[in-house]
Amino acid sequence: MSAPTATVPPEQEPSPSFAVRLGVAQRAGGIVVPILTAVLAFLAGGIVVAATGHNPWTAYRGIWQGAGFNWLFHVPWDTNTVHLDAFNLSQTLLVTTTLILTGLAVAFPFRCGLFNIGGQGQYLVGLIVANWVGVSFASWPTLPHVLLGVGAAAAAGAVWAGIAGFLKAATGAHEVISTIMLNWVAIWGGQYLFGQGGPLQNTQNPAAPESGAVAQSAHIPVFWGSPELQGLDVGFFVALAMLVVFWVLLNRTTLGYEVRAVGYNPDAAAYGGIDVRRSYLVAMAISGGFAGLAGALDMLGYLFQFGTLDVQASQIGFLGIAVALLGRNTAVGTGIAAFLFGGLLYGTTRGLDPNVFDPSLAGNLTSMIQGLIVLFVGADIFILYLWNARRKVRSRRRRLHEAAAA
Amino acid sequence: MTNHATPLSTRGSVPSPRAVAVAGIVLGVAAFWSAVPPVAARSPLAPVAIGVVAILAGVWAVARGVRRVGWGAVASGALGLGLGILATRSSAANLQVVFRADLVAQLLVFATPLTFGALGGMVSERSGVVNVGLEGMMLMGAFWGVYGADKSGTWAVGLLVAVLAGALLALLHAVWAVHLRADQIVSGMAINFLALGITGYFFEQLYHKQNIPAGVSSIPNVRIPGVSGWGFLGPAIGDLNLLVWVGIAFVPLSYLVLFKTPVGLRLRACGEHPRAADTVGINVYALRYAAVIVSGMLAALGGAYLSIGFGGGSFSENMTEGRGFIALAAMIFGNWRPFGAWGAALLFGFSTAVAYRLPVYSGSAATLFQALPYVLTLIAVAGVIGRSVPPAADGRPYVRQ
Repeated sequence: MSAPTATVPPEQEPSPSFAVRLGVAQRAGGIVVPILTAVLAFLAGGIVVAATGHNPWTAYRGIWQGAGFNWLFHVPWDTNTVHLDAFNLSQTLLVTTTLILTGLAVAFPFRCGLFNIGGQGQYLVGLIVANWVGVSFASWPTLPHVLLGVGAAAAAGAVWAGIAGFLKAATGAHEVISTIMLNWVAIWGGQYLFGQGGPLQNTQNPAAPESGAVAQSAHIPVFWGSPELQGLDVGFFVALAMLVVFWVLLNRTTLGYEVRAVGYNPDAAAYGGIDVRRSYLVAMAISGGFAGLAGALDMLGYLFQFGTLDVQASQIGFLGIAVALLGRNTAVGTGIAAFLFGGLLYGTTRGLDPNVFDPSLAGNLTSMIQGLIVLFVGADIFILYLWNARRKVRSRRRRLHEAAAA
Repeated sequence: MTNHATPLSTRGSVPSPRAVAVAGIVLGVAAFWSAVPPVAARSPLAPVAIGVVAILAGVWAVARGVRRVGWGAVASGALGLGLGILATRSSAANLQVVFRADLVAQLLVFATPLTFGALGGMVSERSGVVNVGLEGMMLMGAFWGVYGADKSGTWAVGLLVAVLAGALLALLHAVWAVHLRADQIVSGMAINFLALGITGYFFEQLYHKQNIPAGVSSIPNVRIPGVSGWGFLGPAIGDLNLLVWVGIAFVPLSYLVLFKTPVGLRLRACGEHPRAADTVGINVYALRYAAVIVSGMLAALGGAYLSIGFGGGSFSENMTEGRGFIALAAMIFGNWRPFGAWGAALLFGFSTAVAYRLPVYSGSAATLFQALPYVLTLIAVAGVIGRSVPPAADGRPYVRQ
């Protein structure tokens, strides 16, 4: 038998953890599963678009243009001006910055066997603290002001996620439940703080449920595009640097080794002398730090002001789940997935030309594709089965050919 | 679970500590209630006296080993006492705004979707499948319910379509959880994103960004003849939506099915020890499929209540706004039990109903009040007042051998 077997890898335990199976699948499927997942999700999205009487090709091409990807590739038939493409791409990269960090906030604890659904709450807490620091201390020079805002926000995010980590370590409370709850506490807390009569509401217009505007001294410098037109700030490089930090932390430090050991098998790790509870707490705190940093870079990079409605509508922390899962919880994967989702998110909303495809439809298409990707990544067995079945069919066809030739 | 050591020969004259503790909880509520309309005692004496009795009842029960409910009575008494004193100090006019008799009606309005969702989540998790996708299943029920009612012209068809849509999404979750052995939390989150996309997309596509046309057939209210005249009860329960009553009826019903029938026993066996259940010939896969699908149907009913129940035939994108997650919280807070989940749903509904009226005192405090259910659930999972214990095999895929 030269053909690889199509059977699902048999499982020793009745329920190996998801992280373990992800590891198995990673070795078996490598890069195949995420690519196949994304292709399948986009195909399914295209089918929905076609079934409702739109042309999926023009829709996806519109999204591609809206995301500014043309600027990278200069597709020959493109008639858009280079300037608009550049602007769109800068906006896509702004979203990518946030997604890299909220993705890492899910990926890091995942390697420790923890599922952090609280990225949204940690992101909001970072946003709120960054806004508070940015509005206060207006007399400070730029560098210390920005550093203080970013540092305080990351610390606040770490504390917020640390609550869930502490509860997990101290009482065994499931981190999924506690992070979901902490999300909603952060959402209502944000509405309280920025809302009418709230402590962080702006002082100029008491009728508007909005935060104060971040002082000029706390604005992160823009390096691509105009600061007035929401150009790309240097926070992008901070996010890229965090990808490296994530990789080094996980693969080249004792802490990372312990985190991964706990992720593979907490009992074996404990037997080997690793403090499992400490690993849970540390992994969650680091994860919250990433998400809090995302909030700070958004607030000091281009948002500057946030209203209660924005608090309600924000979904970017949840998108981090899809980013991390599609990126297989690795640094490189998370970076690529963040870029893909950044393009998808911007290309389906503000970047999309309404004459090509209705952005309100496309925005929901993003949610659908996001759901499908998470769904397919969750069913790695299913994807691997499809992949192996394809190879099996091909080899069978080859054998038939050989038989016919002989 | 707490009174497992109750001796058989309890003398009739001494009430069981558990009963005293439950009475303490009720007294704690009464301590607060004495200071607000319709009773509205203006002297702090009443809430203080009743609150102290509630705390004493709680302490007595804790001393006799009924920890969870006992501490609940202490907390309830202390809260009732404190809030009662606050209420006697506030102006009577403000109190009248917050505690009109229809507070009960509004409490039930807010509690109903949570009740359906929490019962749905309970059925699924009791069979061993974690259902984080309640939010999405509710959202499906909300949209397809109003679509069905709009296109067919009758709310009953709308309900049917809603339940089918919820079941379909739940089926997807079941395939992933049972057959593909996917991580159930991952697939539950996927269900939520998917439902958000599907309902939003089809809402835009089918209604072209306009609202649902006015006059969509919606679920009628039940007017109880006679009751509407009774002072306090009239506005409280005299004119409630049909689904409110259905939701309340489902609570004892699900208790009976889960805890008093063979099917319920088998279902719980799948959630506690699927291997043992399989060994005695129970079809774990089939039961888990059924439980998840029923769970989706129940959640969809809760969603349909939002759109064609008290919503009166309306829809907006992301209409459920996290109610599925509060339902999940209510289920956990209620310790995976029907009456516990219902109690938690009522408590959360109460806090929402009060939050809607608190702006007469302070708008920002009212907003903060909305976070209360989540904080309470955090405390409950942390095990400060007795740990919430999920079914043993909750979230674990079962591999038949």
